[in-house]
Amino acid sequence: MKTFPIGGVHPSDNKKWSCDKAIEVLALPDVVNIPLGQHIGAPATAKVAKGDKVLTGQLIAEATGFMSANIHSPISGTVTAVDLQPNAQGLRQMMITIKREGDEWMPEIDRSAEIKRECALDSAAIIAKIKDAGVVGMGGATFPTHVKLSIPNGCKAEFLIINGVECEPYLTSDHRTMLERGEELLTGVEILKKALGVEKAIIGVENNKPDAIANLNKIIKEKKFAVVVEPLKVQYPQGGEKQLIAAVTGREVPPPPALPIHVGAVVCNASTAVAVYEAVQKNKPLIERVVTVTGKDVKNTRNLLTRMGTPISTLLAEAGGLPEGDVKVVNGGPMMGRAMVNIDSPVTKGCSGITVFSGADVRRVPTSECIKCAKCVEACPMGLEPYLLQRLAAKQMWEEMEVERIPDCIECGCCQYTCPAGIALLDYVRLGKQTVMGIIRARAAAAAAAKK
Amino acid sequence: MGVLSAVILYFVAQKFKVEEDPRIDEVEKMLPGANCGGCGFAGCRAMAEALVVRDDISALFCPVGGAECMKKTAAYLGKVAPEKEPTVATVRCGGVCSKRPRTNEYNGTKKCSMAAAFYTGETACAYGCLGYGDCVDACQFGAIKVNPETGIAEVDPDKCTACGACVKACPKGIIELRKKWPKNRAVYVSCVSKDKGAVTMKACKAGCIGCGKCAKVCAFGAITVENGVAYIDSQKCKLCRKCVNECPTGAIVLKGMDPLPKEPKAPAAKPAAAETKSAEKKESVNEQK
Repeated sequence: MKTFPIGGVHPSDNKKWSCDKAIEVLALPDVVNIPLGQHIGAPATAKVAKGDKVLTGQLIAEATGFMSANIHSPISGTVTAVDLQPNAQGLRQMMITIKREGDEWMPEIDRSAEIKRECALDSAAIIAKIKDAGVVGMGGATFPTHVKLSIPNGCKAEFLIINGVECEPYLTSDHRTMLERGEELLTGVEILKKALGVEKAIIGVENNKPDAIANLNKIIKEKKFAVVVEPLKVQYPQGGEKQLIAAVTGREVPPPPALPIHVGAVVCNASTAVAVYEAVQKNKPLIERVVTVTGKDVKNTRNLLTRMGTPISTLLAEAGGLPEGDVKVVNGGPMMGRAMVNIDSPVTKGCSGITVFSGADVRRVPTSECIKCAKCVEACPMGLEPYLLQRLAAKQMWEEMEVERIPDCIECGCCQYTCPAGIALLDYVRLGKQTVMGIIRARAAAAAAAKK
Repeated sequence: MGVLSAVILYFVAQKFKVEEDPRIDEVEKMLPGANCGGCGFAGCRAMAEALVVRDDISALFCPVGGAECMKKTAAYLGKVAPEKEPTVATVRCGGVCSKRPRTNEYNGTKKCSMAAAFYTGETACAYGCLGYGDCVDACQFGAIKVNPETGIAEVDPDKCTACGACVKACPKGIIELRKKWPKNRAVYVSCVSKDKGAVTMKACKAGCIGCGKCAKVCAFGAITVENGVAYIDSQKCKLCRKCVNECPTGAIVLKGMDPLPKEPKAPAAKPAAAETKSAEKKESVNEQK
C-alpha cells in the first residue's frame, strides 16, 4: 500500500467516536459572525453596512485582489454590526454580524436535491464561478481554490489529486462526506478535471475508511466516472499536500517557493470538491460545511452540516454540552488544531471539526531534558531536525534556522508527538518559522524597493 | 629553532602591524563595558570606535553611562558631548491578578513570544502583560522582574539603564522608554488596551476605557486619547497630577509622589467595580499542540 517516503507517526485515530454518525443539519443560528479573513491571503472587503438586509447566499464581502476570497451571507436577515470581535484565539478580527429573519435565499441558487452531472462550461468559466462562490480549501489551510486552479505560465497540470485522507485523528467530516455525498463529490472532481484540463484524477483515502473507499468505487462503477480511488496506508501526516503527492505519484515537491504544480499536481480536499460541484452546478456559494463535534467524553458526538458563522458553543450544546471539570476545546484535531479561548467564536470555512479534551488529556505531560535520541528527526516528514531547530529558536538564532530549512516545516506536530521527553518542539519551531518567514518577507520587500 | 621562529615572528609582526588609534582603547575603558547594544552598536568597542572616528558625535549616546559618561569621553576626545534626557523603561499594564480575572489556563511553553504568537493570553484582555518574562530574559542589568503576586513585569528604575532591550522583547508593546524624573517620579497611563470601553472594563478593572476625562483636565496638552486609550506624553507632562484624580478606573499611575488632595465634591464613585465578570463559561485550558 502506498505512503509517503520519510517520517510520519501513527497516533491512534480515535475516529470511532463520530465516524458512524450520519451528517445532520444543524438548526439555523439566530445570529452569525462572519470574519472577513477566513482564508489564506488578504481579508475580504465588506460590501454591506449596519442596517442592510441580506439574503442567504448574497455576497457580503468581496475578495481583495487575486489572493483572497468572496464571502457570502449564510442566513437571511439584517446586518447589525461590522466591527472588531474576538476570534477563537481571542484576537480581535473584523467580523460582519447578521441577525436572522426567516430563511430567504438568493433566487439563482438551485436548492433541489437532484444531481446535475452535465457541465457545458469551459475551464475559464468554471474557475470564474468557483471564484464567485468564494470556495477555499476546506481541509483547514483555506487556500483559495480559484488560485490553485489558475495554473501559472510555464507549468502544466498532469494530475488532480483529491485529498480524502483525513489523517487528523478524531475528525470524520470528510469521511462522512465521501460516504453520503459521493456522487456530488465525484461530479465535483469531473468539473475540477475540466477546469484544469487533466485526464487523471486520483482520490487518496486512508485505509481506515474502507466503507468510504467501497462507496466511491461503487458509484464510479455504476455511474461511470473516470476517477481512481487510491487506498493509502494509515500514517500521519498522509493528508499533508506534499506527502499526499509523494504517496500517490512518487514525485517530490521541491522546497518553497516551489508549488505542487511544479511537479504537475493539483491537490484539492474532498469536501472542497463537493463545494465546487455546488458552486458550478447549483450556483450555491460556500455558506455551509460539515463540522465534526467529537471527544471521548462528549455525550452526543455529531457530524453537523453547519452554516458558516454559527457560534461554536451552539455546536457544543448540540453535542450534549462540555464534560465536567477542566476541558480543552480545540478548533480542528489534536495534531494541527488550535486550542480556543472563546467558544462563542464562529464556524469558518476551514473549521472541519471541534475536538473536546477532558480529564488527563487536557494538560501536557511533564518535560525532561533532550537526550538527542533523534526520534523527532526520524518522525519529521520533511526531513528536518526538530531538536536542533528547537535549540536555535530558543537562542533566537534565526539565520541559522533559515539555513536549517525552517520554511520547509509544515507544522504537522510529528516531532512533538513522538518526543519521549515531552519537549514542546512545535512551539519553538512555529515561533522560529514565523520569525524567519517575517525576515524573508522583509528582505524580499527591501529587494523589491531597491529595484525600483 | 625557537630563536629562529621568534625572529621570524618578530619581523612578521612588524610587517603586518595593525595601526589602531590608541584613543579607542582609552574610550572603551571610559564606557561602562556592559556590551548591551543599547547604543545601537554591537558592543562598547564598536561604540568607542565610532566615537573616535566620527567628527560629529551628537547622534551617539550611551544609555547606560548616561550624560556623565558622554561628557567624559567627549572631553577626552575634544568633541561636543551629545545630550539626551535620561529615560526609564515603564511597563504600561495595571492588570494585576485581582483586577484582571483569569479566563483560561495557558499550558504551552511559558514564553511571551510564543503565547502572543498563539493567542491573546490567560485573561480576556488582548493587550495586557502576559507575565512570562521575555523582558526579564532580555534585561542584562537585572532591572526588570515579574512580580509573582501581580503577574506583571516591574522595573527597578535605579537599575534600569534605558537600553531598550525589554522594549524590543515585549511582544505586546507594553514597555515604553519615558522621561526619567528625579526621585523616580512618574505619571503614566498604565494600559494600552485598544478595545472599546465596555470590553476593556469587562476584561480588566484597571484598564483605560478611553473616556477622555484626563485629556480635558490636562493644562499642558500632554494627554491624547486615540483608539480608545489615553496616552500621556512624558515630554509635555509637568507632573501636575490633576489627571490622576480624574481617572475613573485608576489606570493613570502616580509614582514617587503623593496624589493631590481629592476635591470634596467628588463622590469617589467606583463605576468599574459594578461591572463584574459575567457568568463565566467552563474554564478552557489552553494549549498549542
